[in-house]
Amino acid sequence: MKTPLPTSAKSAIHPSKPPTRMKHGLTAVIILVLIWASAVQTEASFSKLVIGLPNMLDLLRDMFPPRWSYFKNITNGMLETIRMALIGTTIGGLLAIPVAVLCAGNLMPSRWIYFPARFVLNLVRTIPDLLLAALFVAVFGLGPVPGILALAVFSVGLIAKLTYESLETIDKGPLEAMRSVGATGTQLIIFGVVPQVAAQFTSYVLYCFEINVRAAAILGLVGAGGIGLYYEATLGFLEYDKTSVIILFTLAIVLVIDYVSMKLREKLL
Amino acid sequence: MMKNGTTVIRKPRKNPYRWLIYIALVLLYVWAFSGVPFTGFKETAGQIMRSIVAGIFSPDWNYVYLPEGEDLLRGLMDTLAISILGTVISAVICIPFAFWAARNISRFRFISGSGKMVLSFIRTFPEIIMALLFIKAVGPGSFAGVLALGLNSIGMLGKLYADEVEAIDPGPSEALMASGANRLQQLWYAVVPQVLPGFLNYTLYRFEINVRSATILGVIGAGGIGTPLIFALSTRNWPRVGIILLGIIVMITIIDLISGYIRKKLV
Repeated sequence: MKTPLPTSAKSAIHPSKPPTRMKHGLTAVIILVLIWASAVQTEASFSKLVIGLPNMLDLLRDMFPPRWSYFKNITNGMLETIRMALIGTTIGGLLAIPVAVLCAGNLMPSRWIYFPARFVLNLVRTIPDLLLAALFVAVFGLGPVPGILALAVFSVGLIAKLTYESLETIDKGPLEAMRSVGATGTQLIIFGVVPQVAAQFTSYVLYCFEINVRAAAILGLVGAGGIGLYYEATLGFLEYDKTSVIILFTLAIVLVIDYVSMKLREKLL
Repeated sequence: MMKNGTTVIRKPRKNPYRWLIYIALVLLYVWAFSGVPFTGFKETAGQIMRSIVAGIFSPDWNYVYLPEGEDLLRGLMDTLAISILGTVISAVICIPFAFWAARNISRFRFISGSGKMVLSFIRTFPEIIMALLFIKAVGPGSFAGVLALGLNSIGMLGKLYADEVEAIDPGPSEALMASGANRLQQLWYAVVPQVLPGFLNYTLYRFEINVRSATILGVIGAGGIGTPLIFALSTRNWPRVGIILLGIIVMITIIDLISGYIRKKLV
């Protein structure tokens, strides 16, 4: 004999009603309006692209073959880029440790500490690195130092965020065991917390270094040192065959660093 | 090894070459720090810093809306429009790339391998350089920024989409095939429903990144809020720098909140 399902069982089978046609339609309309409004705002036009394409092809034709002799002029700029990324990431990584601890909900005694800390961290992370660099150039003048500072601030934001999320997932067992035999706060952190997150932290620093190498390559556009300075110089004089050397060199370095860093991270985790 | 029910835990062996790694690291840092001139700052650095901080705390509120245009709200709208359109363009173009790069779609490994390589090549290309190239093609302005973001996001979105396609469960597709569905029907009823939430999730994630990128495109003249910011910086108009920074921070925070909320509902 068939008995009608009680309503509670019915709702257990169908936990939520599938969205109606109306809702889908509304979403589609909103998205289309957004796209249309964006196209109007940015004055996007397909014809402009088609008209511009020959220019673009001319540009690409000018870029090839690259003038390889320019290579030796930019090696110093490239080395400076790597230096900036290295120092910026290191400073950022060191500063990120206390910040991450401040943000970790399971290590701080009160939410009055970790909520404000996270709020500030989120604000820092909203500012793109190139804007930070432009700000620091205005403060300190041209050169690699403002670039390094910009990368350091950016790295604190990224590494601290990733690290505090790892800190919050650590195993409490060792900590409780140590506390029960009378370990002090510092001992807890050194022997209980650090071994659990050290590998992840190193991996985040390497990951951030990869990002920073890419970022450092363009910071020169606002005068913050590195290879980016040369884009302005070569594009300004319409020497596109030199620009292509810079682009290819940067791509090669980025790929090599990414590869090495990825291998190291695979070994760590 | 078990002995009387207890396990002997050995200390993990340390890498005998680790000293070499430490020495290499030290040398690397010596090289890095020796090459950076930590001297010769502007004497006015402290003063400018104070003016910027003061400017951030006493922003130029009049700049938020100016009737004759070129104000903060329009700059932010422009930035937002660039990122929306750029994200949509890349989200559409990267779909064929994703299927090209997915391992479970093509029969031969080298096909998906080449797709992955193309995507990672696009990924390593800085978007600001791409914007420089597009400015040469379509002239300075927001449209160049849109094209740069649209092309550049393909690299990352294509890879994330490909990962999603690789995670497809072949079951539904096979069941449909067994009951006589053609390729297109399989795609529409078995593949699309599986990948759509992931695709949307990644698209929103990339949108968050693109909003940040769009704020810096103006630095080189590709539209958005970056142009007035650079202008205010070079004319030392600190209250205006303050209000623009504030505007960027508020906009990105709101976008992240909305996008995060939608993504949480999707997954």
